[in-house]
Order: sequence, then C-alpha cells, then structure tokens
Amino acid sequence: MESFFVRYRNPLLLVALVLLQVILLASQIRRSVPGSTDGAQVRLVRLWVEGTESPFESLLHGIGHGVRSTWSNYFALRGVKKDNDQLKAEIDRLRLEQAAMAEDARQGQRLQALLDFKQHYLASTVAAQVIGTSGTDLSRVLYVDKGSRDGVKPDMPVITRDGIVGKVREVLGPHTAQLLLINDQTSGAGVLLEKTRIRGVLRGNTYGQLEVVNVMPDDRIQAGESIIASGGDQIFPRGYPVGKVDKVQRDPAHDPYVQVLVTPSANLSRLEEVLIVTGQSQTQPGNVAEDIATSEALAEQQKKAAEVMAEKLPTVKPEQMEADGLSPALHQPPPAIHPDRFTTGATPAASAMQPGVTPTATVPVAAAPKAKSESSDAAAGLDAPHPVPPVKKLKTPAEKPPAQKAPADQSSPGAAAAPAPAATVNP
Amino acid sequence: MATLSYTTRRQAVEQTFPLAVMVIAPLLAIFIQAYVPKIFPRFAMLDLPLVVTLYFSLARRSQIYGAILGTSVGIWQDALTQLPLGINGICKAILGYMAASVSMRLDVDNQGTRLLLVLTLSFINSVLHLCVMRWLLNVHQDWSWGMEVLRAVLNTAVALPIFVLLDMFRQRS
Repeated sequence: MESFFVRYRNPLLLVALVLLQVILLASQIRRSVPGSTDGAQVRLVRLWVEGTESPFESLLHGIGHGVRSTWSNYFALRGVKKDNDQLKAEIDRLRLEQAAMAEDARQGQRLQALLDFKQHYLASTVAAQVIGTSGTDLSRVLYVDKGSRDGVKPDMPVITRDGIVGKVREVLGPHTAQLLLINDQTSGAGVLLEKTRIRGVLRGNTYGQLEVVNVMPDDRIQAGESIIASGGDQIFPRGYPVGKVDKVQRDPAHDPYVQVLVTPSANLSRLEEVLIVTGQSQTQPGNVAEDIATSEALAEQQKKAAEVMAEKLPTVKPEQMEADGLSPALHQPPPAIHPDRFTTGATPAASAMQPGVTPTATVPVAAAPKAKSESSDAAAGLDAPHPVPPVKKLKTPAEKPPAQKAPADQSSPGAAAAPAPAATVNP
Repeated sequence: MATLSYTTRRQAVEQTFPLAVMVIAPLLAIFIQAYVPKIFPRFAMLDLPLVVTLYFSLARRSQIYGAILGTSVGIWQDALTQLPLGINGICKAILGYMAASVSMRLDVDNQGTRLLLVLTLSFINSVLHLCVMRWLLNVHQDWSWGMEVLRAVLNTAVALPIFVLLDMFRQRS
C-alpha cells in the first residue's frame, strides 16, 4: 500500500488538488453571506488578494494620471479661449432647450403624481477612478478607488455621463470596490426600447457584447433605436441611456425569440472615471431646480429681446397705409365672380352662431329684395341640411327661391365685399 | 580530481531560480494582467500568469511543483474576478502538471519545442475552462474555435520573449 502512494504520489497529489477545488467550487455555489455575493471565507480570500494588488494599482494609476494630466493641461491651454467661447455658446443654447423641456417635464411629473408613480432623481454621486480589472475577458469586472469610506454599497448603480456602466458588486475596503459591468455574462438590467416601448433584459455574452434577450420578433425594432433603463430592476435610474440597437438576430437557443445586439452608450472597454450613484430621491435635487430656473430666466430674456426687436423692425400697419394713400383693401381677397356660400363674408361669425341653430347665410340687401318672408314658420328653416348659398335669406322652404333666379348684378363683387346686415332665422 | 556527476537525467537538467524570482515573477504577471487591460482592453485575451506557470513547470521539471504553482496562480486570478474560486485553479493545476510531465521527456530548452508546447497547452487551458464552466458550474459559455486558437497563438507569441527573459535568472543546480 505504501508503495502505491509512493509510486503514484504525483498524480495522487494532482487529483487531490483538483478534488479540493471542486469541493471549493461546490461550497461557493451553496453559501453566501447576507449583503454579500460570496461566502465569508471566499470574501476573505478576495479581500487579501485585492488588498495586495490595489495599493500597487493605485500607485501606478496615480503616476500615470499625474503624467497624463500634466501633459494634457499644458497643451489644453493653447486652445482654451476658443473652447471656452464655444462652450459658453453651447451652454446658452442648451439652457434654452432645457427651459422648453422643463415645462413638458413638469406636465409629465404632474401626470405621474396623479398615477402615484415614483420618480427617482440622482441625488448624490461619487466620482471614482478605475484602478484595475479582473485581467480576463471572461469576467468583466473593474476595481475603483472608492469604497466604504465614501458611502459606496453593493448594488449601487454605476454610470458615466454617456450611459449606464454597471453596478457595485462588492465593497472590498475603505478605498476599494469591485464593479460588475453590464456586459458581463452574469449581469442583468431592465431596459426599454425607446420608440417601440418593448421591454427586455439586457445582459452580456461571452464576447463582451451587450444583448437584450428573450424579445419576441418585431419588425419595428430597427438598428439605431435608443435603449434606456426601464427602472424595473430597482438599480439603474429609469430613463438613463443604455445604448443603441446594433442589429437583431435570431436566438438559436430560445426559438422563436430574437436577440437584440446593443452598442453601449458608455465606452465600457475604456473606462477611466465613473460615477457611483450613492443616493436617489423622489424630489429634484437643489442644483437641478436652480439650473432650470436659470434656464427659464434666460428664455424670458430671449423672449423680451425678440419682442423689442419686433417693435424696431419695419412693419406695415393699416393706419399708416391709409395715411400713405394706400388702400387697406389691397389685403382683401379678389372679388368672387360667382359668389357662393364659401365667398368671403357669406358665413356668419362663429360668435353669432348658436348650438342647434342652422347657420344662416348673410346676404347683401341688394341681393335679397324678397328676403323678408311673411311666414313665421322658423322651424322649417331648420330642415335645411346645409348652409344656404348667399343668394337670399330664406325663411321657409316654401319661400326658397331657386338660386339661379338671383340677378347676376345682385351678386356683384361690390355687394359681396360689403355685405349688409342680414336677417337671421329665429327659431 | 574532483568530478561533478549527476545521478539522474532529471537532476542533470533541473533548473533552479532565486526564490525572489519564483515568487515575484508570477505575482508580477498577475498584476500586469490585471492592470494593462485598463489601458489596452485587448490585452485581456492573453494569459500571462499561464505563461509564467508553464515556464516554471517546464524549467523545474517537477509535477508537484507545477500542480501547486498552477493552483496558487489560478486561485489568485480567480480572486480578482467575480467568479467562484477554483475555476482557473483547476485548469492551471492540470496544465502545470502536464507541462512538468512533458518536460521530463523532451528537451524544453529548444525554442521550437517551447513554441509548440505553449500553443498546445494554451488551447488545452481554454478547453478545460470551458469544461469547468459548463459541467461543474452549469454556466453556458459560447465556444469559438477561431477565438480560442487566436488566444493560444497570442499567448505563444508573448511566451517566447518572456521565456528568454526568465532564462536569464535561472541557475543550474
């Protein structure tokens, strides 16, 4: 027996090592610490390893950052004036846009309040520098230089100004946290296709591409459509950009579903600095409200300036035209040769109309010598299905004269242009 | 006249390294592997810790050493990911053992032999990784022949200069 172990010492050791690790794998799948994704012992190993690596990573990152910032700051000064002017102009433009959108947003908020919908605003964020990675493309994990001391906790969303990035997976110390990127195979986020309003779950595949899975085939999904966070996962802020549809392809593993491949808004492969959302609130943060107020004040100023400008610009006024000997009638439409019910002045003003009363045609006095009817049967006038052509004022269908009997001169342009007060049907 | 004689072939060609090199080299490889992808994302396709594990396993010609080194390096790598500890540990333990086994039968100082060995063992690493993920963890992982062959070729390309560099530290016992 002893000779067996001596003879096969090496392979037995390998088998023992592999078996131990298989048991270790099995134990990790079963156990987990509340508030953590790992077991206590595993978490300890990760803490040790990261505690060993992160000081060097931070140091190297600091040196690199210092050199880069010194270099870029020097060259940035060369074009700073031009950039500043451009940025100021852009800020003004964006403020005007913001003022226009603020009203729509308020209306949306009022409607959401009516529906008892809870809107979440980003209340506080912590900027963090990326100091390291997992080192393998099979695990999309990053390490940042912010941890428990900065209020970072697991499951906090991580974003950039371009879009969502991932979430905090583990806080490994006062100055270190592990982020899980959204393009990792084990991550997931609730998303919404902006135009088609199709909901889905976003996750990464083996090659680090983003895809919305288990989507029913829909011809409306087109490349380039924006995808936003739906907020359904209770992690990522609702409405925050996620990416754009790259292409739609059949999902061979889950027929008849399709996969929507997504190009992320944030550059996930080159992240230098990220924002960890440490707080969300249901009211607008003070700085946002202040910014909107500034925008509205600017918009008001612009409006006033436009009015002043309009006053200064030369305009054509009727009184001035008369004084200049020009006829305001120039603005009148040309007289109708054969006036009908569409002729200008033939239709009564909307204010003169009453509900349930047939609109009456105004007819020039000269054009209706027999318009005054002796009959008082006004109700009959209501039977007329359409407004009567402006030939005569009709009282009853019996008195309705044939339109062709109207004298041609009675519908002269001059008469049509200056209509006399017309009698109206009084029910 | 005193003569120096070796009792076995293994003793004759077994190479030793300063302890500092044997400790620092794997750690440095892991550190570079974790840091550089932040600047060059494509660097994550490589596996420098695997290359270093293979080198020391080939050079020491000890199966036990290869298995233990592979396990340690692999678990260290796993600790930097969000995946369970042991995935890389199992793969690299087996590969360290295999590399040491092969080195007892072949002349691994030859660059051509090294090239073929690293190419083959890198590919086996991908296969083992896939097996562990699918069968032990029941995690679906796509397999692309092209991608894995490319990964093996890149590891081989990086391995040759690293092997030359590490050769400079070896001491004949």
